[in-house]
Amino acid sequence: MNHTLDLVTRVRGVRGAMLVSADDGLVVAEQLMEGIKGSAVAALAASLAGRLRRAMEAAGLGASVFWHLQADQGTLLVVPAASGMLVVAVAEPDVNIGLVRLELLRAGEAIA
Amino acid sequence: MAEDVRALSAQLAQDPQSLVFLRLSEALRRKGQLDQALRVALNGLERHPHLADAHDLYARVLTDKHDYERAFDEWDMALRIAPNHTGALKGLAFLYFKVGDLQQAESHLELAQRIEPDDPSIQQAVAMVRGGAAPPPPSASASPPVPTPAVHTEVEAAPLLDESRVFAGLEGAQEGLVLLDAAGRVLGGALRNPAGADVTDAVAAYLAGVSQEAARTAKLLGLGAWTGLSAEGKHGNVHVSHPSKDALLLVVRDRGVPLGRLAILAQRATAMARRWLEKQ
Repeated sequence: MNHTLDLVTRVRGVRGAMLVSADDGLVVAEQLMEGIKGSAVAALAASLAGRLRRAMEAAGLGASVFWHLQADQGTLLVVPAASGMLVVAVAEPDVNIGLVRLELLRAGEAIA
Repeated sequence: MAEDVRALSAQLAQDPQSLVFLRLSEALRRKGQLDQALRVALNGLERHPHLADAHDLYARVLTDKHDYERAFDEWDMALRIAPNHTGALKGLAFLYFKVGDLQQAESHLELAQRIEPDDPSIQQAVAMVRGGAAPPPPSASASPPVPTPAVHTEVEAAPLLDESRVFAGLEGAQEGLVLLDAAGRVLGGALRNPAGADVTDAVAAYLAGVSQEAARTAKLLGLGAWTGLSAEGKHGNVHVSHPSKDALLLVVRDRGVPLGRLAILAQRATAMARRWLEKQ
């Protein structure tokens, strides 16, 4: 699991990564910088993922493949994996989103 | 026509700075070779960014490719450079008609008619719009386009969009854009799924509360205020933003519109929604 997260955290600008159970919002594995409350972030990320999934299905857009929350001082990036887990990354605002997305997708495939 | 293209290509190759690209791209467009027409127009535009006819031409090719958002931007730019450019006025009228804004379509055509009162194509288009029929897609005159003098001085203000409807002028205003209040009530726009069914209310209900949750998540992570939420689905992409503290704007497009471009479109829609909300 930690090797999977390494794929993500080695990207420059990524502050940490987690595997989260999408159903209950619990942390399965984490590599986070100090000061980030993993369990709380996991719960909120899972909740947000659930809302988005339902909205996207209602809109006929199919299952979510990747999403990211942009904020003034950073970004949260998430890939829902086939295993029912979410691969989550927390990153700096100027991170290469495309690169993190690719690594999150690779990580998601690795744990499927 | 094939000879024309070859001859024009040769001329352009000899003098890449010339305005032959206008005729070459138009010839390719008329032959239906849209990708080549687009490439020629774009190359010409890079060399002549202040030429209104180049923006008009590029917009016409984009329209043929059904890329109406970018076509709108190009015609808008052509009008900023040359406010009396009838090609751009006709093009914008066509796009306004497509989004159901007959008033704007007619007013653009009327302006074009005042500039060129003897142009039968404009007279015909005005009559068609007044009769509820779509004006013909804009096309270049049979004669080679006459370049409009380049304007390098201060850019004139573009005509303001009719904002009595929140997203007037934006493609997908009635099928891929929706503005919600904090309780998930629809303020404007509409959403349709790929089968064409109206899913506005269902999506609105699921999205109510996203704003608070996004704000809590960003705060907990020390990320400051959230500015947007982008999601990639198997059949389409979506961008959520909040034009005001209590409102939520959702922009949905198919997967052909990448997330980065969707974010740009969403920025434009967010600005329009913000202005509209401020007037309420």
